[in-house]
Amino acid sequence: MGGRVIRIVLAKTGLDSHDRGVRLVARSLRDSGMEVIYTGLYRTVEEIAQTAIQEDADIVGISMHTGGYQETFPRLRELLDSLGAGDIMVIGGGVIPEKDARSLEKSGAVARFFGPGTSVAVIIQWIQDVMSARK
Amino acid sequence: MKELGKRVLAGDIRAASRLIRNLEDQITDTYIAIQEIFKETGKSHVIGITGAPGAGKSTLTDELIAAYRKQDKTVGVLAVDPTSPFTGGALLGDRIRMLRHAEDPGVFVRSLATRGAMGGISKAVGEGIHVMDVLGKDKIIVETVGVGQQEVEIINHAHTVIVVLVPGMGDEIQALKAGLMEIADIFVINKADREGAGKLYKETMNMVQMSRDKYGVSKGWVTPVLLVESVLEPHKFAESVEVLRDKIDEHYQFLIDNNLISERMRRKTAAEITEAIWGSVLAPVLEQLETSGEMKRMIDRCLLKETDPYSLAEEIAQRFMKQRPGTS
Ligand SMILES: Nc1nc2c(ncn2[C@@H]2O[C@H](COP(=O)(O)OP(=O)(O)O)[C@@H](O)[C@H]2O)c(=O)[nH]1
Ligand SMILES: [Mg+2]
Repeated sequence: MGGRVIRIVLAKTGLDSHDRGVRLVARSLRDSGMEVIYTGLYRTVEEIAQTAIQEDADIVGISMHTGGYQETFPRLRELLDSLGAGDIMVIGGGVIPEKDARSLEKSGAVARFFGPGTSVAVIIQWIQDVMSARK
Repeated sequence: MKELGKRVLAGDIRAASRLIRNLEDQITDTYIAIQEIFKETGKSHVIGITGAPGAGKSTLTDELIAAYRKQDKTVGVLAVDPTSPFTGGALLGDRIRMLRHAEDPGVFVRSLATRGAMGGISKAVGEGIHVMDVLGKDKIIVETVGVGQQEVEIINHAHTVIVVLVPGMGDEIQALKAGLMEIADIFVINKADREGAGKLYKETMNMVQMSRDKYGVSKGWVTPVLLVESVLEPHKFAESVEVLRDKIDEHYQFLIDNNLISERMRRKTAAEITEAIWGSVLAPVLEQLETSGEMKRMIDRCLLKETDPYSLAEEIAQRFMKQRPGTS
């Protein structure tokens, strides 16, 4: 019967109010056939984790344009793990130094961080690849 | 994800959301979990909220959740948004208005995409209600897509249907005539700050009165029209939504007192049986026709006028059904 439709929660945390990018990504992911739950601005890590669980998301994407990413990503990862949602992947996007992005990936806090200027096609391809590898 | 049904019965939110997902994705054998939970269903009060897109349904749902939480009632929400017919994807935006309840363990919000279903709700809504029900939610709110006249599907699922109207949408009253009148248990006039709210209120009152004169009062329930204060005045808004909450509960009590619950339950169950039969009888046949390529050949033959859909349906029925209604 029908295959899985990918479900993804997109969020922004903290006081950062740049949501043009994340909205664009949300629309592009929808246009690639995914179901996107956008949570809007100023969300806490706790709200995001609960939303991901209640929505049975495969992936949570956080867009970050200000500081705080060093705390946000590890805390979200830990919280999801402690809630029995170790299988929900966390990805990031936005402007942070390249070396910080790589170290977040290395520590496992994010599965993948997409730096500035990443085309949405790349993001979509990445998601589709990891999701089909999971089956 | 084994034993999904049992985990849902034990109150596991992840399992609950996954079960709804399996229904949406039409994963084989999902019905086993529904069989496991079915006996425990039927305890919640199901409230449908319908009305045009942008009428303020999600905003109202958010405040209604707050009003019920004040009374320590637990709430489940199934919020439906449309699937894009072109890409199969969806932007599910209802939840964004309800995020203040995200961390409240007494509230469970689940967004659903229509996935091509007609009638303003997703096919998974019926079972989604069962899932919320066995989780022990006192109130289950179903927010429909809001596409006007096709919205009637909700009456097969909800005990109490709220129709939200807003001023400045012109054809609202026309839509009423086209069928929403029949399904509304309560009318809400929303966006009181907008010009024309008072006029819409009067018009709606008149319509309710007219249909009452024409058809008589439907089993004693006089459909109330409530003017909800603007969300721009949070305190007044909250108060008027509490009035709405009490009206909703009054309607439920009315159904119970007048033995009308069983009538609604019968209708709901009939719809559910129909749906289940559809899934176990018709869907496999269609799937086989599709995968074997026969569907394509049938289309070709119809286009060449070699045959017609009705003769084909007859042929298929002969082949697949051992015992056919109407023949002996
Ligand atoms: N002016 C005004 N706007 C409102 C009111 N209630 C909701 N809205 C706005 O109407 C828009 C649509 O609301 P939403 O709840 O998403 O509507 P839905 O599509 O029916 O769920 C949002 O921008 C709300 O902020 C109100 O009482 N007055
Ligand atoms: Mg809505």
